[in-house]
Amino acid sequence: MRSESLRGYALLSPTLVVMLFSMCAPFALMVLMSFWAQHGFKFDTSFTLANYREALSSPIYKALLFRSLKISGACALATVLISYPMAYYVAFHVHRRKLLWIILMTLPFWTSYLLRVFAWKIVLGYNGVINSGLKVVGLINHPLEFLLYSPTAVVITLAHAWAAFAVLPLYVSLEKIDRSLLEAAADLGDGPALRFLRVTLPLSLPGVMAAMLLIFIPTVGDYVTPALVGGPNGIMIANMIQAEFGKVNNWPMGAALAIAMMVIVALISLVYVWVLRKATEQIG
Amino acid sequence: MSGNDSYIVIENVSKHFGPVIAVDQIDISIRAGEFFSLLGASGCGKTTLLRMLAGFEVPTSGEIYIDQMPVTAVPPHKRPTNMVFQNYAIFPHLNVRRNIAYGLRAAKLSKAERDHKVDEALELVKLPGLGARSATELSGGQRQRVALARALIKRPKVLLLDEPLGALDKKLREEMQLELRALQQSLGITFIFVTHDQEEAMTLSDRIAVMSQGRVLQMASPKEIYDHPNSVEVADFIGQMNFMDAIVTDRTGSSLVLDVAVLGQVTVANGAASLQPGAQAVVAIRPERLSLSSTKTARNGNCIEGAIQSVAYLGDRSHFYVSVNGREQPLAVVAQDTDLAGAPSLGSKSKVWVSWQDDALLLLPKD
Amino acid sequence: MSNVSYIQRPNRVLLIYALIYLAYLYIPVLFLPLFSFNDSLYVAFPLKGFTTRWYVEMLDNEPMQAALLNSLKVGVVASIVATLLGIFGAKAVSRYRIFAQKAVVSTIMLPLVIPGIILGVALLILLSRLGIGLSLVTVTLGHILICVPFSMATLMARFEGLEASFEEAAADLGDNAWWVFWRVTFPVVFPGILASLLLCFTISFDEFIMAFFLAGSDPTLPIFIYSQLRFPQKLPGVLALGACILMVSFVVVFVSQWLQGRGGLAAIDKDHRP
Repeated sequence: MRSESLRGYALLSPTLVVMLFSMCAPFALMVLMSFWAQHGFKFDTSFTLANYREALSSPIYKALLFRSLKISGACALATVLISYPMAYYVAFHVHRRKLLWIILMTLPFWTSYLLRVFAWKIVLGYNGVINSGLKVVGLINHPLEFLLYSPTAVVITLAHAWAAFAVLPLYVSLEKIDRSLLEAAADLGDGPALRFLRVTLPLSLPGVMAAMLLIFIPTVGDYVTPALVGGPNGIMIANMIQAEFGKVNNWPMGAALAIAMMVIVALISLVYVWVLRKATEQIG
Repeated sequence: MSGNDSYIVIENVSKHFGPVIAVDQIDISIRAGEFFSLLGASGCGKTTLLRMLAGFEVPTSGEIYIDQMPVTAVPPHKRPTNMVFQNYAIFPHLNVRRNIAYGLRAAKLSKAERDHKVDEALELVKLPGLGARSATELSGGQRQRVALARALIKRPKVLLLDEPLGALDKKLREEMQLELRALQQSLGITFIFVTHDQEEAMTLSDRIAVMSQGRVLQMASPKEIYDHPNSVEVADFIGQMNFMDAIVTDRTGSSLVLDVAVLGQVTVANGAASLQPGAQAVVAIRPERLSLSSTKTARNGNCIEGAIQSVAYLGDRSHFYVSVNGREQPLAVVAQDTDLAGAPSLGSKSKVWVSWQDDALLLLPKD
Repeated sequence: MSNVSYIQRPNRVLLIYALIYLAYLYIPVLFLPLFSFNDSLYVAFPLKGFTTRWYVEMLDNEPMQAALLNSLKVGVVASIVATLLGIFGAKAVSRYRIFAQKAVVSTIMLPLVIPGIILGVALLILLSRLGIGLSLVTVTLGHILICVPFSMATLMARFEGLEASFEEAAADLGDNAWWVFWRVTFPVVFPGILASLLLCFTISFDEFIMAFFLAGSDPTLPIFIYSQLRFPQKLPGVLALGACILMVSFVVVFVSQWLQGRGGLAAIDKDHRP
């Protein structure tokens, strides 16, 4: 058995080496750097917690972090809510050409993220599609200003961009539900609504929770969407991090912010999963 | 239609799935309190028929009545039927208590009343105290009983069972068969049971409908089907049978004389009217109605010579396969241990005489 | 009468919802091609007139073409390398019992859930400390990192679909490792390889944030597009470019998923009723 494991690792080694070099080592170094300071172009490598202190106490950083978490949370919730009926439809009511539907649902996700965000920029803009369209039809006289450059715009754009990410895990968990369970529920007296509430929903809940987490984690660190449609009120922590590596030129601060963000997200996720586990144990 | 005799009426029901005819114009009346089985090989339509009774499939044509009420268009959750599914369909996210009590939600019982009913149901299926167990921790036999309890707790008018014992091992299956029978008789609920296992159907049922290719071949009590199958197909499906081709040579009133392959000339008392001299037919005889002897003893001349090809010893009885002239397949003969007292050492290659009584012969139409 | 059982009877409301949802998914994106033919500098209704001049102008746009070439180079290299690494990885994981397999696979899949900016920034830090200058090579490295999980996932699905006993039978009948791979493994895995190549290429081609951090003086196409967004008169050109990219992506991904077909998501589909 040991030699089999070794042979396996030998085969795996190129992949592991690449991952090690391009992800693990960089992370380790980033953690290290977060304890440094930067003066001009020189790094002061003496250990200091100043960056973290600043990250967690400065009102700007805290506000940005908090806003990022709120926006991502709202986006995750919204996306899962609107995608659930879609996943349900394909799982339960599509009998032919399921593959086609699956591809159609997820296709937009594989195309350029940048372009999709940009598309929303032109849709929501001051003279954009919605505003000019409503004007032409005569519904409004002045453009709606709240559409663009706001946290709302960020949530809308993110929800659209990540919809496919929600649809897939939801679809998988719904597809796996044994149809005879629904027949049994019907046989025992439950109409369609009750069947959904008592059987389908509980059994699909793991998929729902997974989808929410799957969307929450990456969107906290999104850069492009807040940059293009967020405006000054809608920027998120990633934009700050980018600034630290760019104009502000304080790499250790940027590293500390990045790590702080990841740690907070990881903690929230763990708590979330733990709470979920407790809750499902109660029901069963 | 009188009440009890036609408690469940399946009237000219057909079900088509596109070009496939799963159920073909079936007429069945089932009595109240009856243990009724639908028996047939896979694909014969029995499960489709059951599902139409439950409401999961809608008949392409025909009507279904339960206790005088037409239910053809009624959705499953509004029917007075409950079903035990083949895979049991136990809800994995609920424990045993909640599974069993699932159908009681609409009854608006108090918690105490509900708990009492669940305990009662658990007693009924011999699983006392298992209420708190999680659904995923049950053995196959236990899941089967939970499914049964869940379906019976509402005391439905009709219990539908879709091959519920198929996944159990032999001993457990036989145990459950006896329990099911006892349960049905004590509760008095009409059971409709689907199976492909003819022994099971014979053991459990008051009446059996033997099905093939969407049609009912014969519907009668187990004894009637066994002793008087109406066709080669039914005769072959139930129990073992020896078949021989025959031609009618003479007819006097209802008495027929036939020339049967291997057996020679035989006389059958009540031949069907359609069988005139020259007509082809099939003569059949059960293996246990044939007797073996090492000497030619039969008084009535019903005796032929043969040689034992192989023997299967089953403890209380033995299956002999006897090759005879004029027949490629050996004749199957079943003899109880006591029958062979006079001829103890009948083994392979032994010469034997096979004999039978006149009334043991069955006359069946040729397909 | 319907052939479909009661539980699966059709639902009009959900169908309408599904169609609206699909419209919601596609329409915002479809505005890009729509306005790329609009004879106006501004993206607004009413439409001003049909024109193809924005597309024609792309032919003279040298910086754009250079960026396009860069993206193609990076995409091709990244997809090939990521797919190769994915093949090795998938084979190792599905054929050998490896110590700490779950941990290893989870690590390899990590880039899927870590925001791109973090991966980009971390790699930037390493490269700068090592004194390695930023260029298309560093961008390619970053792209390989994020493509490997997709490649592994695609190929693991394929390998799992291939019974180990096929390969064992071939070996038993006399094929050495190379021939076993060529005659048994490869034909079955090939659609997965193709799908992985297409998928990784698309991911790399469209990827912006990591490229943003890791690129030197040669921009990739997304970086080029991003830089143009500041200039209003460049807007229609960006629309035209965007429309082209979108259409090509659609086709490429559609084909890749269709090839994946039986081995991928559709394998979960239990309702294979004709």
